[in-house]
Parts: sequence; structure tokens; C-alpha cells
Amino acid sequence: MAAATVDISPPRPQRRLTLRKLFASRSLSVALYALVLWLIVRTALTGAEAMGYDWQWYRIPGYLFSLTDDGFQLGEIGYGLLASLGLSGLSFLIAILLGLLVALLRLSGLVVGGAVALIFLEVVRNIPLLVLLYLFYYVLGPIFGLGRYGASILCLGVFHAALVSEIFRAGINSVARGQWEAASSIGMTRAQAYRHIILPQSVRFMLPPLTGELVNTVKSSAIVSVVGVAELTTVGRNIISETYLSFEIWFTVAAIYLVVTVCISAFASFLESRYAVSN
Amino acid sequence: MRESLGCGHVLGHDAQPEGDAWMQTDQPIIRIRNLDKYYDAFQALKNINLDVHQGERIVICGPSGSGKSTLIRCINRLEEHSAGQVFVDGVELSDETRDIRAVRQEVGMVFQQFNLFPHLTVLENLTIGPIRVRKMSRPDAEAKARLYLDRVHIPEQADKYPAQLSGGQQQRVAIARSLCMEPRVMLFDEPTSALDPEMINEVLDVMVELAESGMTMICVTHEMGFARKVADRMVFMEKGEIIEVAPPAQFFTNPASARCRMFLDQILEH
Ligand SMILES: Nc1ncnc2c1ncn2[C@@H]1O[C@H](COP(=O)(O)OP(=O)(O)O)[C@@H](O)[C@H]1O
Ligand SMILES: [Mg+2]
Repeated sequence: MAAATVDISPPRPQRRLTLRKLFASRSLSVALYALVLWLIVRTALTGAEAMGYDWQWYRIPGYLFSLTDDGFQLGEIGYGLLASLGLSGLSFLIAILLGLLVALLRLSGLVVGGAVALIFLEVVRNIPLLVLLYLFYYVLGPIFGLGRYGASILCLGVFHAALVSEIFRAGINSVARGQWEAASSIGMTRAQAYRHIILPQSVRFMLPPLTGELVNTVKSSAIVSVVGVAELTTVGRNIISETYLSFEIWFTVAAIYLVVTVCISAFASFLESRYAVSN
Repeated sequence: MRESLGCGHVLGHDAQPEGDAWMQTDQPIIRIRNLDKYYDAFQALKNINLDVHQGERIVICGPSGSGKSTLIRCINRLEEHSAGQVFVDGVELSDETRDIRAVRQEVGMVFQQFNLFPHLTVLENLTIGPIRVRKMSRPDAEAKARLYLDRVHIPEQADKYPAQLSGGQQQRVAIARSLCMEPRVMLFDEPTSALDPEMINEVLDVMVELAESGMTMICVTHEMGFARKVADRMVFMEKGEIIEVAPPAQFFTNPASARCRMFLDQILEH
């Protein structure tokens, strides 16, 4: 009797658990993703056909790269991609350095340092990225003699530093207090404790959100096309204004961003798994 | 006595003769005077006075929350005291103490939760202090680390990570990590309380050997067998005060205060 009553209740949560697991599984997410993408593309294609759009996909590869007698040569979009990667990379580097500085200031216990960091965060977080870009380009640019490239990189760096600093702060705080005490008790300075004990341990907590922020930086770098920095999005717009290949080009540009960000995420999970093994 | 401690106690003490001269004047290595400690309005330590001399072994016991941890953490300034004075080797600890780190190098600390560095191997846990703080060369630091791993009886675990060791092994690594800094005093804050019973003895054995080698030790512990064996003086604390200080023979058989007797009856029952 008792055994029977025990038997009845458990299956429900168990089945729900496996369902949830199924939805969390990688293969199913990929399948769903592909399905949705296919539906969108199909709808677009039929819609375009109805409009009588003249597809000219054959012209696209030439904008990416060409293989001539001179060998491999990047096309306009190829150079645009490189420019976008360079722009995002430099911006993210600034975001990391500035973010670390802001995080350390906030954690320093210094009243002034903490206040400066907090004001920085509030200001940056509460201004739309586009407005921040205009500020950097039209206001700070002339004042400090920044070109459009410099202003764009600084703007993106500052904007993402705010989020990066919160990631650092959370990562640093997630290292147990005892680690600080152990480091202090063997006579380490604060800087030594950060460098050798705290930061290496917080990397594990920070890597996933930092990857997300790098992906965000790549994506938001597209916005600098509004001040005319030559990068992927700008190149796309320029080509369209000459050729009217708007559907093909925007599909291509979007796909390139997608490939880049997926590669970054894949590389990050590779790093993560390696770190997990070595620990 | 210091020779028997093994290698290199001269490290960081160019002035060893001065150390000896200081022994003759019998200045205590730890001197605590009228120490008060407040956490906001709560007084965790009340007028603590305690001198510890070179080579002495002090065991501190008392009910949970009586301020034992707070007291020993004031000795290496993991906690800042609110009033009174703490001297380590004649140097007063205060905000103005320019080199609190120099003091901390002289005072080793073993924590209840081990606090090993999980991202470093056992050997790296032991060498990071000597290399980064004492500026020792890596080969020298590794030689020293292996020597102390030997002393805590786990020479074969050098290349493992802390998470791969048992609790008792981790705590012995933590003891070795402190010893690698060649401290003159070792503080232990309930080093066996987080251990499974079958691992307590391997840690206590190491601590007894350390005591026998002449190390100055202040141990917070409720391991009364250990206390009887090594303590020169027992300290009983309650509600932030030192209630009784006595040699073990007297402390265990005939404690002066009723509160201390009650406490002993309670823990010796088990
Ligand atoms: N960081 C802190 N903030 C506030 N109160 C604390 C803090 N640390 C310890 N205390 C209090 O001080 C008292 C003594 O604590 P502690 O020294 O850890 O006692 P013991 O080690 O003897 O168990 C306790 O009542 C505890 O609650
Ligand atoms: Mg305690």
C-alpha cells in the first residue's frame, strides 16, 4: 500500500525535469534556431518575389573577396569586416582597462574613488549610446582633437566599460573573503593579492559575461556608421547606394555579424572548458 | 632552540643576534595591553591583557562567540582593534604601522576553513608567499616548500590541487604554507573544527611536532588532549573577556572560576 502511494507522485516532476532538460539541450536549440531562421528567410524570399525583387546574389562574393591572378584579395565588405573587428577590439580593450579601473575604484573603500566610479557609471548607463556617440564626436571630438575614428573607439570603450566594470566587481566579490585573509596573512600587498589570488579566481566567474559583452561591443560598433567611420555597416550602406542591392547586402552584413559573434561565443566556451579542466 | 626549527630561520632576520639579545631582556614576542574591540556598538573584546614569550604555547578556549577568533585576528591585524595596544616583536600595530606586512610575515595564521588558494597547486600555494613577498628565487622556494611538505607528511601531494586533497591534508598544506614564510609565531584558529573526526589527529600530530620544535604558538582549539600535551598556559575566554589564565595541570584539575569549570565539564563530557 505504502509502496503504491510512493510510486504515484514522483513521475510528474521528473517528466517536467526531462522536458526542461530537452529544451535546454544544445541540439534542440540549434534546431529551433534553424527553423525560425528558415521561416524568416522563406517569408522574406516569397515577399521579395511578390515585390518583383531582382535577386543578384552572384554579385555578392566579389564584395567579400576575390581570387585573381594576383592571389587572394579582400573586397570592400571584407575590409569593412576587418575595420569592424579592429574597432570592436580596440574599444573592448579600452572597456576592459577602464572597467577594471572603475571596479577597483569602487572596491577600494576610498570615498572619493567610490564616488567618482559611481558617477561615471550612472552617467554612462543613463545616456543612450547614440547620444553618447554624438557627444563624443560633435562635442569632445573638436575639444580634444579626436577624429571620427578616435571618438568612436573612445565612445564604445566608455560605454562598455560601465558594464564591464560591473562584471569585474561581481567577479571579484564572488571570491571568498578567506582568500583575501590568507593572502594578507602571508604578507601580500593588496595589489599582489589582486594579481595572484583574486583576479585569477574571478576569471572563472567573469569569462561568460565578458564574452557576452564582447559580442555586444561587436554589435554596437555598427552604430558608428552614423558618423561615417568606414566599417562593415557603413560599407554595406555605401555599396547599396551605388548598386541598390539592399536585400542581398543587408542579409550578407547581418550574416557576417552573426558568424563573428557565434565564433566569439564558441571560442569562449572552449576557453571555459579548458579552464574547468585545469582546475 | 631556533636551530631545531629546521632551515633558514635567519631569513628576513638579518638581526638574529638582536633577536637573542631580546630574548635575554625577555620582552614578549606578543604583548597585548588593555585591548578593546567593538563591532559598531557591540563590544567583542573587553580589556584583554596577554603576553606571549618566545617559544611559549598558548591554548585559548571558551564558548562560541566569546571573542577567541577576534582576539587572534587582532594579532596580525586582520581585525583592527578599537582601543589598547598590540605589540608584535616590539612593533606596535596601528594605522600608522608603516609596514604591517613585515609584521604579518612574522606571524603565520592557520584558518578553520584552510583558505588554500584553489587555483594553485599545493607546491604553488607554498611557494607564492616566499617568491612574491620574501622575493626568494623559485628553486629556493620550491626546495623549502618540499621540505615543509615533508614535515607535514604529504611530500607526494605537491602537484595536486587543493580540491583533490582530503580536509586533513588541506589543513596540513595550510600549515606548511604558513611555515614557508618562516614566521616566528603561529596562530591557529580552530584548525580542526572543520575536519571529519578521523582526520583531526593527523593535523594535531603535525601541530604537536611543531610545538616540540620550539615554535611559538597561539592555538584556539577545543582539542583538550592536544592542549594538555603542548600548552604552557591555558586561556579561558567568555563574553569578550579573559576569565582565567593557568598552566594546564591547574586549569584542568582545579580551575579558579566556576564558569571555566562549567565549560570544561561540558566539553570534556563528550
Ligand atoms: N565582522 C563582525 N561584525 C560584527 N560582529 C562580529 C564580527 N565578527 C565577530 N563578531 C561578533 O563578535 C563576537 C566574537 O566573535 P568571535 O571572535 O568569532 O568568537 P569565537 O571565535 O570565540 O567564536 C561574536 O558575538 C560575533 O558575533
Ligand atoms: Mg572563532
